[in-house]
Amino acid sequence: MSNFFDLFIALIVAAVTYGTPLLFGTLGEVLTEKSGSLNLGVEGIMFMGGAVGLGSVFYYEKAAGAGTSGLAAVAIGIVCAFLAGAFASLLFSFLTITLRANQNVTGLALAIFGTGVGQFLGEYMRVSEGGYISISSGLAAFFQSPPFPAFLRRIPVVGNVLFGHSAFFYLGVLTAVGMHWYLNRTRSGLYLRSVGESPATADAAGINVTRYKYLAAVIGGGVSAIGGMVYIMTIAGCVWNHEGLSGEGWLAVALVIFCLWRPLSAIWGSVLFGALMILYLRLALPFVPTQLYKILPYVVTVAVLIVSSMRNNKEKQPPASLGLSYFREDR
Amino acid sequence: MKKTVCAIEMRGITKRFGGVVANDGVDLRLCRGEILSLLGENGSGKTTLMNMLAGIYFPDEGEILVEGRPVSIRSPKDAFANGIGMIHQHYKLVDVFTATENIVLGLEEGRLDMKAANEKVRAICEKYGFEIDPTQKIYNMSVSQKQTVEIVKVLYRGAEILILDEPTAVLTPQETDKLFAVLRAMRADGKAIVIITHKLHEVMALSDRVAVLRKGKYIGAVSTGETSPQALTDMMVGHSVTLNIDRPRFDKPVKRLEVKNLTCLDAEGVKKLDSVSFTAMGGEILGVAGIAGSGQRELLEAVSGLYPVAEGDILYSPEGGQSESLRGKTPMQIRKAGVAMAFVPEDRLGMGLAGSMGMTGNMMLRSWRRGKSAFVNRRDPNELALKIWKELEVVTPSTEFPVRRMSGGNVQKVLVGREIASAPSVLMAAYAVRGLDINTSYTIYDLLTRQKMKGAAVIYVGEDLDVLLELCDRILVLCGGRVSGVVDARSATKEQIGLMMTRLGGEER
Repeated sequence: MSNFFDLFIALIVAAVTYGTPLLFGTLGEVLTEKSGSLNLGVEGIMFMGGAVGLGSVFYYEKAAGAGTSGLAAVAIGIVCAFLAGAFASLLFSFLTITLRANQNVTGLALAIFGTGVGQFLGEYMRVSEGGYISISSGLAAFFQSPPFPAFLRRIPVVGNVLFGHSAFFYLGVLTAVGMHWYLNRTRSGLYLRSVGESPATADAAGINVTRYKYLAAVIGGGVSAIGGMVYIMTIAGCVWNHEGLSGEGWLAVALVIFCLWRPLSAIWGSVLFGALMILYLRLALPFVPTQLYKILPYVVTVAVLIVSSMRNNKEKQPPASLGLSYFREDR
Repeated sequence: MKKTVCAIEMRGITKRFGGVVANDGVDLRLCRGEILSLLGENGSGKTTLMNMLAGIYFPDEGEILVEGRPVSIRSPKDAFANGIGMIHQHYKLVDVFTATENIVLGLEEGRLDMKAANEKVRAICEKYGFEIDPTQKIYNMSVSQKQTVEIVKVLYRGAEILILDEPTAVLTPQETDKLFAVLRAMRADGKAIVIITHKLHEVMALSDRVAVLRKGKYIGAVSTGETSPQALTDMMVGHSVTLNIDRPRFDKPVKRLEVKNLTCLDAEGVKKLDSVSFTAMGGEILGVAGIAGSGQRELLEAVSGLYPVAEGDILYSPEGGQSESLRGKTPMQIRKAGVAMAFVPEDRLGMGLAGSMGMTGNMMLRSWRRGKSAFVNRRDPNELALKIWKELEVVTPSTEFPVRRMSGGNVQKVLVGREIASAPSVLMAAYAVRGLDINTSYTIYDLLTRQKMKGAAVIYVGEDLDVLLELCDRILVLCGGRVSGVVDARSATKEQIGLMMTRLGGEER
């Protein structure tokens, strides 16, 4: 019994670990989609975020040597990953908002482009440094271990569930709460949602549609890219391997639908998806192929889509102009 | 009417869309404390002109003066800054937002305080007698409530100049009266109001002055008191049109469609049609009159197989064939049998046309099934498109130009023209002239009459009783889903039908 319980706690902790990169990826995409842009390039953005994040921390540690500060390393990782994602989304925005290219095509192109750039950077660093690049285990621990004093984790039952995760999970939760507050309580958030629902309405109301779409996509892309960095630094063990992100970016796109474009739902949604991703490791049934396990998140997403479409609840639909480009003089 | 400062003066405004000149050197003046009607045929550039005041479009040439100052209105924001607010024909509202959320969109009032905003909206509603709940979501609102939200939105911004684009097109007569009362109150408040409309009696009833556009050009402005509907029509179309519809008699009308005790229920189980019986004769136009929502739409849809029939039967007698029941047949089978419906919905593109295709492509939507080979035939549809283009005077650069980008009336011409071209033996048209100018309306009436003289049974659902009385042979009057009576259009009077529309049988109680 106790054994099963421990297994369950371990599953939750692992689910959070796998869910945290997903949480950032999803939150960024929620922000982007709320402005009416469907950026399918999340996978590419997260790849770039992962490679740039790892690289920046690696070179920082190399340069700072013994004076390396863990906090500074984390900050550098976040900022550099964010900038990489913001840059990738800027490309997407320029193509889809200014040049009004098809969002699906552009997003898919960005996914391929970003994956390529990420792999290139990772390989380039490996070759130029003459071997796998990896940060020191001390610094890695700073990225991976919980930010709370150890005694909190020793609280029975809830200790590990509440305080046993990396700092990034808590940062992700804060981001989600902040985004929820922004979207639903602030004027700017209201305007952003109106741009995603009906750009013509927003435009007629004097809202700068182009600016909102650009900012939402660029910031959203940056937030998504942090997820890629978190994946490399926690799950992948601070090493650039060829596996990349094992499709977390695509899962993030699905999770946005699953959580019905709500940042707060993204928190538990990402943990659930994290659990579904690792179920084949933790609860492996010998006669079920792992491939079947791996499609679980997508099956759940499809189920949610079916249920939410059947209910036909106006509040649970995607932003009305999602995926459409806006041109004022187009009739 | 007292002449005051010019609220707005437009000088030599020109706007082009690709090869089409929408406005050509238009001059327009608008004073405070007056209601100006902007009149013109479809595609004459009324909405385009007003959109340039609202900041949706920017003029290619010309200048705009507000209160005597030259201004450059590059965005809707600039329009608000100059006190201009426009209520568009297609409401610009976010469905999943509340009334207040929509109203405060785009305002810069610092921190978002929904409570205070709700209160302010309530105060405006009280002042002018609007009935809306500021916290209600738009998707739960009726069309008239949505319009109210639009007007409150403009007032909330303190607009002094209001532009309304065909505000009465979707309102019931009672709602229209309410709207006019509000507009008059605003005029008394010293606001300047422009109303774009097609309905001449509204122009006469409401406005102080009328400005007329024709094919993008400014024709002139007259005081409403010094003009007449006939004179305005002449200004609009440029030549005198006969207001009489030619109504020839068909020699031998034969029974084409017989509806017996037709009863239809909606999704909630409410009776939309209650034992409706009538016959439609070939060689005759049967008008259908009734207050909006009396079952006209359901009747046409039931006949064409789109609406489930609960009870009763629909018998169709094709030329020289056995009569057969249409009940239980699919819309495709019914259409094949020769029953066509040209239903013009509020959203013209929503039903029947593919917006991004040209006229030819839209003609093919009907004809592709006739093809035998693997490839589609483009020649015949293209000929048909050219014919409609010429005969109905559709304003478009080419038959390949996407219909989505034509003006509303032109889109409608394409839709009606295509349905008539299939030469059906029963032709049903609902609101076929909705939003069309007079000249085009008459073209459509003429087309319907020609179908009748070919022996088709035409069922025409109309809104304008004068037209019904002049166009139809018999008129079926619906009242609350039941047949109030069938009258001979040659002898009936408007008052008689009006009574029948509001009371079953039209008797005094």
